[in-house]
Amino acid sequence: MPAAHPTLERAAIHEFYAGRTADAAPLSGCMLALGQILSGDRPSLWVRQEAFDWEAGRPHAPGLCEFGLDPARFTILHVKDAIAALQAGLEGARCAGLGAVLLELWGEAPAYDLTASRRLALAARASGVPVLISRIAAKARPSAAETRWELRALPSRALAAQAPGFPAFELALLRARNGREGLHYALEWNRDDRQFLPRTTSDIAPAGPVLPPLPGAVVSVSFDRPRAPEPDFPRREAG
Amino acid sequence: MEKERGALRLVALDAAAARSGLRVGMALAEARALLPQLLTLEAHPAADADLLRSCAEACEMFTPLVALRGPDGLVLDVTGCVHLFGGEEAMLQRARRRMAAFGLTACAALAGTPDAAWAFARYRRNRVAAPGEDETLARDLPLQALDADSETTLALSRAGFRSLADLAERPSRLLAARFGSGLVERLYRVLGWEDIRLTPLRPLPDIVAEKHFPEPLGHVESLLGVLERLARDVAGPLERRGTGGRAFEASFFRSDGAVRRITMETGAPLRDPATIVRLVKLRIEALADPLDPGFGFDALRLGVLRSEAFAPRQKELDGRDAQADQDRALAALIDRLVARFGRENVRRFIARDTHDPVLAGGTISSLSTHPGASWPEPETGQPPARPLTLFTHPQPIEVLAEVPDSPPLRFRWRRMLHEVTRAEGPERIAPEWWREASPAPATRDYYRIEDQAGHRFWIFREGLYEDRNTQPRWFLHGLFP
Repeated sequence: MPAAHPTLERAAIHEFYAGRTADAAPLSGCMLALGQILSGDRPSLWVRQEAFDWEAGRPHAPGLCEFGLDPARFTILHVKDAIAALQAGLEGARCAGLGAVLLELWGEAPAYDLTASRRLALAARASGVPVLISRIAAKARPSAAETRWELRALPSRALAAQAPGFPAFELALLRARNGREGLHYALEWNRDDRQFLPRTTSDIAPAGPVLPPLPGAVVSVSFDRPRAPEPDFPRREAG
Repeated sequence: MEKERGALRLVALDAAAARSGLRVGMALAEARALLPQLLTLEAHPAADADLLRSCAEACEMFTPLVALRGPDGLVLDVTGCVHLFGGEEAMLQRARRRMAAFGLTACAALAGTPDAAWAFARYRRNRVAAPGEDETLARDLPLQALDADSETTLALSRAGFRSLADLAERPSRLLAARFGSGLVERLYRVLGWEDIRLTPLRPLPDIVAEKHFPEPLGHVESLLGVLERLARDVAGPLERRGTGGRAFEASFFRSDGAVRRITMETGAPLRDPATIVRLVKLRIEALADPLDPGFGFDALRLGVLRSEAFAPRQKELDGRDAQADQDRALAALIDRLVARFGRENVRRFIARDTHDPVLAGGTISSLSTHPGASWPEPETGQPPARPLTLFTHPQPIEVLAEVPDSPPLRFRWRRMLHEVTRAEGPERIAPEWWREASPAPATRDYYRIEDQAGHRFWIFREGLYEDRNTQPRWFLHGLFP
């Protein structure tokens, strides 16, 4: 029986892939959350390739607070390309005072090859600083990473009046050094406890269209259907 | 060379033209009549000023106190620097050679006051005035040596004055009454009766160490070796004062007169020579245009531009200083990143007391010491109310199914269609009119929404629905995790 949420080894590289560019913000969020779990209240270096800022906006401090993280812990470095990001990441991975190094690479990034990742992994092992790398718009390539995950955003559990709920993610373990591939987690981030909570598949209600707030209008939530990646929900024509 | 002022006039001449009887200020037509083969070029005061500035920088290898004087003069305060260059005569020769590297013929002189030196450079070329000799030499100078405007000079010569000696003998009261006290002051300064301090081109560093090479040096590794020695030289005074440097500048003086400066800032006071050299090395490697040695560098200078109190910490016996070690390690990391990637790319978040989302999410350079406000405590048991990432410029979205006073049912962003499945809002955020320039931007109604794929967005409608005249516009402002 796997643990309720992923436990990551410190002093190693962990990669997070997202297939869809729209998953950029959930990808950052999930990486930050795991970084928080790994680093506690120690400072973190967050290296962000500029493409992330263009595609998904710049990191927003009030949003970090609302996500349960302390913005004062972060040093952000905006870099142009993957080479600069990797150099900065290596500097960070060698600095034992850090809690975590978070690297965000956009696109195929040929600079991030086996040699570069091994260099990072060695630095991480020597200093004990975990290196989390999130990649988007890229195919998975061989690397020295301890684990490799694929991430998708999950529809949240709706709160009262169909309000969006807590951030929810789906993590699939693509590759692991210890050979436990195929693990699958549906997680919800609780910012008050800074913890991931497992979500059972029954929680994942198929999303229905939002209704204008009319009295008495209730959208039924079915609990018996299996989780469907692209639920075929009824469409409402506007107007 | 020529310039327009109603008519085309000569503003500068080369030696050959001057020998042919041309004068500065002569109309071009007249000059052409005298010398039909005259070659003229348009005057370019801005380029001249640039050249003068780079000459001034090249002269900084003689003394850090270099100032511009007029459109074509440089004044160097070499007090205490002369012995480094083998005496006054030798220093003057060397300065002239340095200017010759720019293709310039410099008229140089050395005297007790800046004004006297300037006057000697004009009218007693290449003269080194021995101490106490200033006045006797200056007495013979013509009236023009005062550098007064042409009317004053004309008036003085009409009054029968020929040299500064004539003026010096008059009571200064009378001169001041007729020509203003400025003239008297200038006279006193040229005669060496009164001295002024130079205002140098660039602020003086706190501590400077420099090394002049007998032969130009081009190898970067050896330059770094010299730099390390200089770093040890500045570390000594820093330690005696109990300070550490927050900003350093390494100046590389190339033999052809070009000066390359490399400045770097640190997050914490620093005086360890090896670290200083390492930061300079990182900075050199990160340069967009590499350090071009050309025919080699003549001199190298390391200056501490800013220093701060820095007390060495004593290690706690029980290892309680882990926190301090961690802070130091982080500060050193930030210094390395700043040296490698530039001051403005290494940033930290700063809390600002505002409800404008764009202002509230600002970042500043990690080296900045701005304290900032405190972060708001999020409400427990609620999902995040603010997005993790924010677009600096809100992105327009195309709303396909609109419901009055509600979030849209469907919208298109970056050509992708999003079906809204969950929504919360509105949260009305009015612009801070006391910050904004008029007219104040429209009020925004923000909604947190989620689409069918589980992506969460922060969108807003600009303007109020009650305002029937304008079509409300929708924007996407941020993304939730």
